[in-house]
Amino acid sequence: MPSDVRHPRSAYGNASFEACVVPYLDAAYNLARWLARDDADAQDVVQESMLRAFRYFHSFHGGDARVWLLAIVRNTFYSLRAKTAADAAHETFDEEAHALVDEQSSPEARALLSVDIEALQAALENLPHPLRETIVLRELEECSYKEIAAITGQKIGTVMSRLARARERLKAELSRYPTEARRHDVR
Amino acid sequence: MMCDDARLLLHAYLDNELDAAQSVTIARHMQNCADCAASYADCTRLREGIVRASLYRRAPDALRKQWSADKASAPQARRRPAALAIAAGFAAALIVTTPLWLYVTHRANDANSWAAEAISSHIRSMQPQHLMDVVSTDQHTVKPWFAGKLDFSPRVEDLANEGFPLVGGRLDALDGHSVAALIYKRHLHVINLYQWPISSADAKQQATQWNGYTAIQWTAGDMHFVAVSDVSENELQQFVQTFRNDAATP
Repeated sequence: MPSDVRHPRSAYGNASFEACVVPYLDAAYNLARWLARDDADAQDVVQESMLRAFRYFHSFHGGDARVWLLAIVRNTFYSLRAKTAADAAHETFDEEAHALVDEQSSPEARALLSVDIEALQAALENLPHPLRETIVLRELEECSYKEIAAITGQKIGTVMSRLARARERLKAELSRYPTEARRHDVR
Repeated sequence: MMCDDARLLLHAYLDNELDAAQSVTIARHMQNCADCAASYADCTRLREGIVRASLYRRAPDALRKQWSADKASAPQARRRPAALAIAAGFAAALIVTTPLWLYVTHRANDANSWAAEAISSHIRSMQPQHLMDVVSTDQHTVKPWFAGKLDFSPRVEDLANEGFPLVGGRLDALDGHSVAALIYKRHLHVINLYQWPISSADAKQQATQWNGYTAIQWTAGDMHFVAVSDVSENELQQFVQTFRNDAATP
């Protein structure tokens, strides 16, 4: 009985799964880790995403494999979360509720925005999922607006306003911590 | 330009997403508006902070090893003959006819996907709580369990006497079909046997290996079967033979 190695090939030419998709394992994990905020959960999400990517690789018609994979990671995360958690229910994201507020950052707060790692990480983890995924894709994955729009299934205008809101929230969070710290110093 | 617009657009400016004309407008606005200029400076500082904090989370080694090391290297050596074969096939196709060539490549793609899908389904079934919907070593319990869940009646054989005890069944989906999956054991290994009805005639038995997994597909009496396991290929062939013999003698 002849047995040969069958490998999934994309519909797009002869590119193999290893050459196209596996190089973006870090990108997949980074997004999964920031969405899940937990190492074990992130690994589950990536594992499931890679299996899905592997299974549907034949339907990948070229283009940017990173965008393709990250969209799968994102969908996998939300579908796994919907399955397990009741917390998915109460986090319906209301674009209006998170409208861009016109905060006047005091000159003092501005000076204190020299961010330290822990505060920055905490602030990032505290963002609601839609804002967090957008800022992570932009600042850490360095995706263009167009790529973010493709991954998250949003309009480019929405991507821009979410980025704006994410940054305003981060600035607000980050200027809070050091101000309190300084008050302690004074007293 | 109003500050309201600028407040949003300065992010696109920071991200280098504006066209030349808009960029000029924003830059000019910021020259005249201290608030927006300050906000922009904050955003720049925030970005620098994020970059400096190295918040990028890289995949752990275990995950990387699983997906890159062995999968990339092991089948590499054996892929070259396949490439040669494709090249030869291509040359032959030019000589013969194009429709035939299209048919052949189409078939090759089919062959690629069935095994990949069956094996990934097998791997998935091994994850916790995925393996069985009905747990029974009795074929007269397993077979009726599928009634009403599928639009066909799967062939269920207990092969315990031959060393492949039936342990349960499950509904699954492969290649866009609802399929019956039977679970057999071979010592400590699990064998998944998928089956679903097809209309085409009997096809040749075909075996495929990938990363330590073996998949064998065959067609008998309007049913298509795929067996997948991590047992050795010989053992899986033996399992398939046993199943086919038992199914042939009711």
